[in-house]
Amino acid sequence: MQIIKDKQIVDDNWSYVADGAELKAGNISVSLARWHQDKAQLLTHEGKLGVRIGPADVVDDLAPDLNTIQLIELDFPDFADGRSFSQAWLLRGRYQYSGEIRATGHYMTDQVFYLSRVGVNAFNPEKIEDLPIVLANLNDFTVKYQGSIN
Amino acid sequence: MITSHDYSPERPIKRSSMYQYNDNDQILVDERVAQFRRQTEQFLKDEISEDQYRALRLRNGLYVQIHAPMLRIAGPYGLFNSKQLRKLAHIARTYDKNYCHFTTRQNIQFNWPKLEEVPDILEELASVQMHAIQTSGNCMRNTTSDHLAGVCIDEIEDPRPYCEIIRQWTTLHPEFDYLPRKFKIAVSGALHDRAATQFHDIGLHLVKNDAGETGFKVIVGGGLGRTPVIGQVIKPYLEKKHLLSYLEAILRIYNLFGRRDNKYKARIKILVKESGLDKFSTLVEQEWQFIRDGNELSNERINAMKAQFVDPAYEADAVLDAGFSEQQQENKEFATWVKHNTATHKIPGYHAVFLSLKAPDSPPGDMTDTQLDAVADLADQYSFGEIRSTHRQNLILADVKQADLFALWQQLDSLKLATPNIGTATDMICCPGLDFCSLANAGSIGVAKEINEALDDMDYIHDIGDLKINMSGCMNGCAHQSVGHIGILGVDKKGTEWYQITLGGSSENNAAIGERLGPAVAKNQVTKAVTTILDVYIKNRLNDESFLDMVNRVGITPFKEQVYANN
Repeated sequence: MQIIKDKQIVDDNWSYVADGAELKAGNISVSLARWHQDKAQLLTHEGKLGVRIGPADVVDDLAPDLNTIQLIELDFPDFADGRSFSQAWLLRGRYQYSGEIRATGHYMTDQVFYLSRVGVNAFNPEKIEDLPIVLANLNDFTVKYQGSIN
Repeated sequence: MITSHDYSPERPIKRSSMYQYNDNDQILVDERVAQFRRQTEQFLKDEISEDQYRALRLRNGLYVQIHAPMLRIAGPYGLFNSKQLRKLAHIARTYDKNYCHFTTRQNIQFNWPKLEEVPDILEELASVQMHAIQTSGNCMRNTTSDHLAGVCIDEIEDPRPYCEIIRQWTTLHPEFDYLPRKFKIAVSGALHDRAATQFHDIGLHLVKNDAGETGFKVIVGGGLGRTPVIGQVIKPYLEKKHLLSYLEAILRIYNLFGRRDNKYKARIKILVKESGLDKFSTLVEQEWQFIRDGNELSNERINAMKAQFVDPAYEADAVLDAGFSEQQQENKEFATWVKHNTATHKIPGYHAVFLSLKAPDSPPGDMTDTQLDAVADLADQYSFGEIRSTHRQNLILADVKQADLFALWQQLDSLKLATPNIGTATDMICCPGLDFCSLANAGSIGVAKEINEALDDMDYIHDIGDLKINMSGCMNGCAHQSVGHIGILGVDKKGTEWYQITLGGSSENNAAIGERLGPAVAKNQVTKAVTTILDVYIKNRLNDESFLDMVNRVGITPFKEQVYANN
């Protein structure tokens, strides 16, 4: 499986572990609920840790743990739910989170330029054939009217 | 007769100052056109879904309506130049059926474009510094303002530089393009609120503090539509340097906490109402404390923007012209038009001239390509090449010398743009209704026409005086019926068109939501109901009491008794 990270197509070396499923070896991400529930166990895991958050999750809840989290996945249940954009901004702008922020789920390839501006630096597209489209769309605009993260 | 116009060189006349695009502005609209062209091609090749394309096209002003797509073009705070008007005329001729429609949010709509030609239309617009960005969709919309900004006599400060600053800040804002629902900002710089700021998601008033400095009073959570709500003051005085950080704080709180489970409860007015102003403003304040010092609007930026809106080259001796008062004495029709269709200008000897888009036989707010071209020429000749659109769907030439008024009036009259009805009963706000709009439950243009035909006596209309009739074809309320002095709302009852009437609404300083008169009336009874209401007013008013004042004094009962007695 490949994704876009920092404007490059790269192999994805993370796996998401669903709630209730056994932890896997390697770099893993879990839901925010599981993170809170199994944090002690997760912190002993060999491999990097990530958390997948949905639009209704509160970013502030993650703030104390951000230095132990290398990946935050913003999961889009629906491309029209724009809360993830503010979540990304808060992670970068408020909490100075410097790990990977990855968009996943049902977002549009036409949203990746805006996502990159609010601090999302990795994209897991819905369809693998969209990888080159995401790369191209990251360059939709060369000018901007307002400050944000990028 | 219409000849082809040359769009490229500026005509050698003195121009009104309007914001002029720099290279970055131009690149942005050009890149937006390229992006939308790609998206449209992908949609036509089935590479993106209907649902996704819908979100993308709406953010470029493109709706799909009953007969054809509808394209809404931004009129930034209602300002246009003559070149842009000629371009609209050209688009109307080339891509549409020779007309366009001016909306209550100072925008322009085309009702018959072909979907596959819309990228070409947007490219044409970009060539004259226009666009359709964010004129629809759940994002920050066109910023609106006072149509007399910069020329009125009751101004605290010209709002246009701040409108442009906000226009730029809202345009392609990466964080706030997928909001719970649409978001509208209006700015007023005058004592008299002509921009309906209390009925916007955010309303901004330029005000002075005790130290004599100018800043903003910030109003939040107002809105029309299905649930009309008067906005509440969230910040009585905001320093100018904090304008954008404060807007950002409100938008972030709205984006994170606005309801997304029900589109009818998704506007910020519901969030403010459900959480209460105190809690909402605490959230905003907390957010703002984090960001207020990071995104200050510098004096340099403000002054540079103000320099884009300096006064045109007014003639100091314009007021000395003696012909104007003679012409009014000699020609009663001209005098009537001056009285009703011009507004006092801050410079003696100049007038702001309203062009009525409410001629009796024309749908309210509509203009033909011929009229657009002709008005562009008149603007060049008489008003520094600038044209404005108003909240009540008329146009304004803002800077006309009194010596030119007679000649201008004659030409406007021949163009059917001089109906002396500004601010009167036949200056109705009206949505496209069931004739064009897929949301509508009932027709509105036809009813407006019927009312107009019944009110064909200009002396009677002038006797009634200041009256705002607003009519919408459905409860989405595009024509702001809930704030009409008389509001008319089309509803569907088992497949037939019925109309609810409200009285006493106002979108000005004394903001009020109209009160329902009684049960809805049948389509063929609407005109009769309106004329009955006006008769009750004429019989019962005190001295020079306005219609709205009388409704506020006596309530709806006297009107109700007559309307339902006669129906």
